[in-house]
Formats: sequence, C-alpha cells, structure tokens
Amino acid sequence: MTSVRQRLVPYWLLAPGLIWLIVFFVIPMYYMGELSLKTGSIDTGYQLTWAFSNYTDAISQYSTQFFRAFYYAGVATLLCLLIGYPLAYAIAFKAGRWKNLMLFAVVAPFFTTYLIRTIAWKTILDDSSPVVSFLKTIHLVPQDGRVLATSAAVIAGLTYNFLPFMVLPLFAALERVDIRLLEAGKDLYASATQTFLRITLPITMPGIVAGVLLTFIPASGDYVNATFLGGTNQAMIGNVIQSKYLVVRDYSEAAALSFTLMAIILVALIVYIKFAGTEALMGDEEEAE
Amino acid sequence: MEGSSDLPPTDPESDQPGETAGNTARSGSGGVRLEGVTKKFGDFAAVHDMDLDIADGEFFTMLGPSGCGKTTTLRMIAGFEQPTTGKVLIDGSDVAGLPAYKRPTNTVFQSYALFPHMTLEENVGFGLKRQKVPKAEIKKRVAGELERVGLSREAKRKPNQLSGGQQQRVALARALVNLPKVLLLDEPLGALDLKLRKGLQVQLKEIQRDVGITFVYVTHDQEEALTMSDRIAVMNEGMIEQCADPETVYDRPSTTFVAGFIGVSNLMPAVAKGPGEIEIADGPTVPTADAAQFSSGEKCFAVVRPEKLTVSLPENAPGDQPGIDGIVESSLYLGTSTQMAIKVADDVNMTVLVPNASEDARQHLPGGGAKVRLNWLPEHMHLVAESDPGGSDADQTSTDQVTEGVNS
Repeated sequence: MTSVRQRLVPYWLLAPGLIWLIVFFVIPMYYMGELSLKTGSIDTGYQLTWAFSNYTDAISQYSTQFFRAFYYAGVATLLCLLIGYPLAYAIAFKAGRWKNLMLFAVVAPFFTTYLIRTIAWKTILDDSSPVVSFLKTIHLVPQDGRVLATSAAVIAGLTYNFLPFMVLPLFAALERVDIRLLEAGKDLYASATQTFLRITLPITMPGIVAGVLLTFIPASGDYVNATFLGGTNQAMIGNVIQSKYLVVRDYSEAAALSFTLMAIILVALIVYIKFAGTEALMGDEEEAE
Repeated sequence: MEGSSDLPPTDPESDQPGETAGNTARSGSGGVRLEGVTKKFGDFAAVHDMDLDIADGEFFTMLGPSGCGKTTTLRMIAGFEQPTTGKVLIDGSDVAGLPAYKRPTNTVFQSYALFPHMTLEENVGFGLKRQKVPKAEIKKRVAGELERVGLSREAKRKPNQLSGGQQQRVALARALVNLPKVLLLDEPLGALDLKLRKGLQVQLKEIQRDVGITFVYVTHDQEEALTMSDRIAVMNEGMIEQCADPETVYDRPSTTFVAGFIGVSNLMPAVAKGPGEIEIADGPTVPTADAAQFSSGEKCFAVVRPEKLTVSLPENAPGDQPGIDGIVESSLYLGTSTQMAIKVADDVNMTVLVPNASEDARQHLPGGGAKVRLNWLPEHMHLVAESDPGGSDADQTSTDQVTEGVNS
C-alpha cells in the first residue's frame, strides 16, 4: 500500500508543472500550428486548408528580416560574451567583499521594466543628447549623422538588455572553478595566459554555452529594441510578427512566421550543441561515480 | 569499480614499478635551503624565521598539526607564496620572485587538483606540453609514467571515472613525469582510507628511491612520517621543534611538543637532581644518563614510550629496574596488543602497550583499580624540556592521535 503511494509521489510532484505546461504551452502551440495552416481573414473566419504557402511566403517575403534578426542577435551575443566574461571573472575572483554588491549591480536593471530601460536608451542615443554630441566631437559619428535608427543603436540596445543573461551563468561557472586547478596549471609550467586558455576557459565552457543560448534565443525574437532604437531599415523578424499579429491582423501568416523562427532557432541550437558538445551544456564533471 | 583496483597491481606481469619507466633521464635533482624565512599574513606569522636544509635526493617530511605552517612552507618552495623575509634556494640558486611555473619543482596537491576536462593522458602530459617537449617524447614519457603508477589501461579515462586512490596516483604521475628537481607533496594521502594509505606509503617510498628526486612531504600523520621519511621536521606554530631522522624523533624527542605529537606522550614531570639522577614528581628518584643537559633543580619531563614499559604486580616487579607505582585506570584490547592507562600521579597517566603474545598472559593482566608497578630500562627513559608554546595543546593532540590509531 505504502509502496504504491510512494511510487506515485513523483507524479504528484510533477503534476502542477505538467498541467501548467499542457494548458499554457502545448495547447496554444497546437492552435498556433493549426492556425498557421489556415487561410482566411479576421472578418471572414479561418478555414483549415493546409496552406503550406503561408510558410513559403513567410520565408521568401521576410528573409531580410530573418537574416537581420540573427545578425543583430549574433553580434549582440558576441558583444555580451566579450563584455560579460571579464566582468564575471572579475566578480568571481577579484571582487572580494564587493562580490555581492557587484552581482546586485548586474541584476539591478531588472528592477525597472524592459520597456522603460529601452526607452531610456532612446533618450541617451537621441540626436540632441550629450552622448551623441560627445561622439560627434571625437569624430566617431559624422557631424550630420545620427545614432538612433541605425543598426548600431539596435545592437547596442540588445547588448545592454541581455548582458545579465550572459553574466549570471558565466559567473556561476567561474565561481565553481577550483582555485587549486589554476595553481596546478601554474605548477605545471603554464603561464597565466596558458592557464586561462587551457584550464579556466574549457572548464567554464558550460557557462559560456548557457550564456550564449540565454542571450541569443530571446535576442533573435526581440522586437522592442528595433522598435524604439531602430528605423524602418532595422526591422527584425520580431517586428514583422508583431505587426502581422497586432496591426495587419493576418493571424495565419503571423503563426507561420513564428513557427519558422522557432524551427530555425531549434536547428541552430542542435547544431550548436553538437559543436559545443552536450557535455559542455550538461556540465558532466558533476556526475562522478 | 572493484576495491582492489585502488592498489597498484601486484601481478608481476602487469607492472613492476622501477623497471618499467625509464630512469635514464632522471638526474640533476637538487636540495632545498631556507634561510631565515618568515611568512606573515597580516599580523599573523605563519612561518617564523625558519632555517632548513634539505639534502639532494632526501625524503624529507614536515610534520605538525594543522596551522603549524608546514603547508605555507611548502607553498613558498613551490612559488605559490613569496616569503615576507628570508631566502629560498633550490638546487643552490635563489628562487626569489620566480613564479611557480618557472621553478624546477612540481606539486602533488592534497585534493589532487586533476583537470576534470582532460583524460589521464592529457593530465599527465600537460606539463611536458607546456615545456614544448617533442610530441613523440611526451607520448613515451606519459605512457611510462602511467605504467609506473599502474594506470596504463585507464589512460583515456577522465579523472572523475577513477577512485580516490587512482586519482592520487595520477596526480603523482603528472608531477613526476616532468622530472622536477624537487617534488612537493601536500598531504597527498590525506583523503584516502587507512588500508589504501598504507599501500601507497610503501609505493611512494619505492618510487622515491627509484627516481632519486628530493621529496618534500607534508603531513599531520605521525605514523606516515615515521614510515617514509629520511628526516622529519616536527613543526609547531611556525617553527621547527625538532629536525632529525625518524628514530631520533621517536626515541629522543627534544621537546614535550615533539614527545606528545609523535606517538603517545607519556610524560612524567620531574626535577633534575644533579648528574645522572632525576626525581619524578610524587614518585621515586631514578637514574638516567640524560640529565646532564639540565642543571640541578631544573624542571623537566621524563618520557618513556608505551612499548618500553612493563607492567606487573608490585610483588612480582623486577627490583633492579627503575619504576613507579600506579593504579590501572583502563585496559583496551587492540588486537595485537593491549593498551593500558596507568595513573601514577594526579593528572599524570601513563600509557602502556602490552603485546598480546599469549592469550594466557593477557587473561592475567591486572584489571581496573589494581595497584601495579611500571618498570623500564634506564636507557629507555629520555628527558625533555617543556616546549615554550602550547605545551598543553601538544598533550591534547597526542591523546587524539592515540584514539585515532585505535579506531582505525
């Protein structure tokens, strides 16, 4: 009797999450999938016609925006990594008693909403802002040029907004690095640079993989940064989906676009994990015998 | 994983340490010299004005309780710490300011510190690769070293697939393969169970003899130190209390701390009574050849090791040997011997180890509360001065050590 109850315990623990997932993820996904294969309009109603043309249209008409989204997200992810790794390294190894304060500073922007922070960047990068006039003074921006409504502005916004998603997993990975391994490296004739490249970097690879995924995936579907900081030539695929859904109200096309984005990201993810190794993603050094 | 794989294979076909790995390249080992080395962390002096001379090819052990400065000393030789004042010389040359990766030393860490993302082969080859040794030679030397420690078959495995004892041997191979002038070992067997430790002690000593490299070994385990070392430095609070070969440290400790830390303390407070005699507190006046170092009336302690004491009923006691009366407090069966605690004065308990040679004799040992006499040969009693710092701590430590030994 008890054994039966005991065997059921995991399922009871699983149930709330599972129900949540089914109601708010699986069922909507099913409706979205079905919707993406329908034709019609909001006035006449939608019929399931297995309209795969929704998909071919999505790709042929909006390949620019797809490409741009991955390009922006890719550059932003790279910048996040280049800024985030030294930052996480400094917090993990050099911050001493300032460690918690610095971590708080990384997370602090979350206390303000995403929209407000992005609009703040719009003010910062505005044509008349002190930042832009300074950039003009040092000739980084031409006198008649502007920063707002450029690719640089959108990438800068994405980098800023997603930096914490990169820093936190990197910090978690770096903090777990055993200092004695670095000493062992030095003891075995590796200079500081070699110790970093041969030991610290490979050991923190799971953190890098996690950070890249957490940054790249949401960044490539983002439309807020492009809306506020970009112009018409900076529209990402997120902007297209948003306008299809909320402005044009072409639900089928919006659903098809969403599924295409998801599929591309999924394929990219599989390739990436294969390349980086599942070991790196799962952090297998924990599972000793 | 079967437990026996922790120990190197005894099968003569599979591995013969000493013959397999080439000793050809092993030469130019050097000694270590510390001159007036002090290391301060803030106000705290972890190591205080230490002079030390470790000979070429010696198995030298630094022994002491945790916090005595032994590991700090080792880290200064390795180059992980720089001395606050004083000089460290390796093979005759001053290594001041040289970082660890430029020193001719290698370290076996207490926690092994194996690189988790590399196979055993890659771990062992790491140092050679950094030194730009040709690939073919790396391969040969790594294979030889793994064979020496009996892990050839596991070469492609990752460290986390090995047991503690195997990991420890990889750490040893990873250090030795570089043919350092000095090998530094920081409690390398500390995390292993007793049986495994014993096996590896023997193997370590064999390897050291085989390669002829200077070993500087840090441990808090006095038995380990006595078993393996050519010389032992007993350390306490950043200073060396005694530095001598194991026999001398055990039989002729120079301070109460050493007497207490090595083996069972068995200290009887006494007062010197001119040459050749001391008076044990609350006890008889006994002869000793050791009293010359103390002036008459000076306080000292008399040490007799537990196995050098005999216990008998007063009426059967040998009259021609010095002795002291006491009361049996407790008696503990240890298998090969029986450990008896005999109270000879207030706060003075003597431990006696009686070999369990015959069951009959054991049955007739005096029980608790019995009045007995302890006897010893005059040459087995040794006098020590009281250590300046932490003399009472030393006694405490020794008691812990005994208990530890009994349990394991």
